[in-house]
Amino acid sequence: MATLHSAPKFTQIDGLEATLSGALGNHLVEAHEEHGELLLTVQRASIADALRILRDDHGYQQLMEIAGVDYPSRRERFEVVYMLLSLTKNSRIMVKCSASEDTPVPTVTTLWPNAGWLEREVFDMYGVLFDGNTDLRRILTDYGFEGHPFRKDFPLTGYVELRYSEDEKRVVYEPVELAQDLRQFDFMSPWEGADYVLPGDEKATTPPVNEPKTTEKPSDTGAGKATDKKAAEKVSAGAPAEEDGGKDAPAPEPTEDQPARPKRKGKTTNTAKATEPKTKKAPAKRKSAAKKKKDDK
Amino acid sequence: MHIEESPTTGDETITNYTINFGPQHPAAHGVLRMVMELDGEIIERIDPHVGLLHRGTEKLIEHKTYLQALPYFDRLDYCSPLAQEYSYILAIEKLLNVEVPERAQYIRVLFAELTRICNHMLNIGAHVMDVGAMTPNLWVFELREDCMNFFERMSGARMHHAYLRPGGVHQDVPEKLLVDIGEWIDTRLPELFGDAMSLVLDNRIFKQRNVDIAVVSKDDAVAWGFSGPMIRAAGIPWDLRKSQPYDVYDRMEFDIPVGTNSDCYDRFVVRVKEVYESAKIIKQCLRDMPAGPIASTDRKVSPPKRAEMKQSMEALIHHFKLYTEGFHVPAGEVYVATESPKGEFGVYLVSDGSNKPYRCKIRPTAFSHLQAMDFMSKGHMLPDATAILGAIDVVFGECDR
Repeated sequence: MATLHSAPKFTQIDGLEATLSGALGNHLVEAHEEHGELLLTVQRASIADALRILRDDHGYQQLMEIAGVDYPSRRERFEVVYMLLSLTKNSRIMVKCSASEDTPVPTVTTLWPNAGWLEREVFDMYGVLFDGNTDLRRILTDYGFEGHPFRKDFPLTGYVELRYSEDEKRVVYEPVELAQDLRQFDFMSPWEGADYVLPGDEKATTPPVNEPKTTEKPSDTGAGKATDKKAAEKVSAGAPAEEDGGKDAPAPEPTEDQPARPKRKGKTTNTAKATEPKTKKAPAKRKSAAKKKKDDK
Repeated sequence: MHIEESPTTGDETITNYTINFGPQHPAAHGVLRMVMELDGEIIERIDPHVGLLHRGTEKLIEHKTYLQALPYFDRLDYCSPLAQEYSYILAIEKLLNVEVPERAQYIRVLFAELTRICNHMLNIGAHVMDVGAMTPNLWVFELREDCMNFFERMSGARMHHAYLRPGGVHQDVPEKLLVDIGEWIDTRLPELFGDAMSLVLDNRIFKQRNVDIAVVSKDDAVAWGFSGPMIRAAGIPWDLRKSQPYDVYDRMEFDIPVGTNSDCYDRFVVRVKEVYESAKIIKQCLRDMPAGPIASTDRKVSPPKRAEMKQSMEALIHHFKLYTEGFHVPAGEVYVATESPKGEFGVYLVSDGSNKPYRCKIRPTAFSHLQAMDFMSKGHMLPDATAILGAIDVVFGECDR
């Protein structure tokens, strides 16, 4: 396919895939090229060794990024992707390995000092463990946060929300309570495989009936006899209500009061006081200057 | 209580103590908390705590269509919004393999460079103010204001433009705007910026605060994953616009300023020189920009013109589909990095063939630089930390995402 886009163009080295696959040998699981970028999948246990070979022997000096990806349907659900950059060869490659919650990935902090935070981020967001990283703390989430927010099964809204409590004079955490549902931008076309049933579609699958309904007699149609010509005379006689005025329809029932909103589950504060102006004592009357002088004497 | 053996003045013992720099500190450039261990005024250890501005952008992007996710990029590094959009749209275009008309490429490069000037105005101003000078900041902010006005005329928004779109740009720019930018580049920018820099560059106090502060060797700069002005100040002429050109950067003639000492002063000077190089690029863009369409004619990616929609049913359907369902991106994964004013800003985009990104990992420039804060400031004085931080050029919208 011809390249039409104008994304960054780095040097395309002939036979790079073969060279690097050969160099990695047993460490390699799979290699392929995509959009002009080389992707190498390596064994998890030997990721550090593989990256060391790429750094020392093939000139990929810089580790620009470590990205985690979650594929919940896979046996080892996480993928850890290392983006390497060669300043000398002007080339980029991606190296990745798979991992699950309980299979730690060997750390590469021994190769690049900046891998520390990058690994911390993947741990924070996905819960992938890095064996050998001595400082595997959370990095982006809040102090005391629980869970790994970028996993696909973690809800977009999260579980807790926080606010400042006037009562306790500190920030308090409460379970998330949304005033309205989060908008789901699911614009998948129903003709192209939406994974939900469109309203009315459930009828399409009703089983066929044994005896099909037929309309042999006129009564089967449910329409009754055809109207005769004299019917028109009766209709023109006018409605009885119009003739004698009739009774006025009773007034409709008054609308009920809105039922009170359910009380909020978390602690709420009565902030009415806070908004009221503080009542100050009226300032003491100032003594007139003349009187003051007199007092001084 | 046991107190460690430490230098003493005779009547009292001095021990190491720990202070919090931030999260609310004017020189922290945002919400950065640095736990500093000090020996007197000498920094022993710094543990930066980031993430106070973490908004889960990457997760939010997974729940939006490709086009709806675009404005999130403006809100990452809010000092150079277009530079962030740039990586994202190039990543989409790479997956879609869509051709971008020449005029659109020139417009993108032009405004990306104007964004660079705008960003450097903020950083240069903030840096000199961090080390005690007030006036230059006020002067370069005038220039930043001018840039903002240009951006407003370009997109309607001063900061959050959402202007670059997959396949081109959102709207064509008015002729008068291009004329005004050209005039501004020729007259106001060199004059005002030159004046402001004449106050700083040879200033004795400014040099005392910046020269020989946080010297990083070439090897260290490479190992710590530095990019942008940080790696160039270390003397490595690495610029993605030159080495991995995108759009029409390969037709532009410009130089890459590099440092010799790799200290805070060099980082500052590299940025100052880059402003003039950006001005050169803008001039070339204005000179060479052809007429023509400003977005791809592939109607499956970019929407038709409003006037066309009044006449053509096909155009109406395309418009409706693009703004409800959005376009589908073929399955695959790419990592696209561009030279943002702060360094390499990358987007790792994984598509599963649907209309929403499966995963969008953003590589912030500040992450690697800030991580090196500890090693760069070890042994320096406490007030040097602000100079080092200023020279990193960190913005927390981007660092924390």
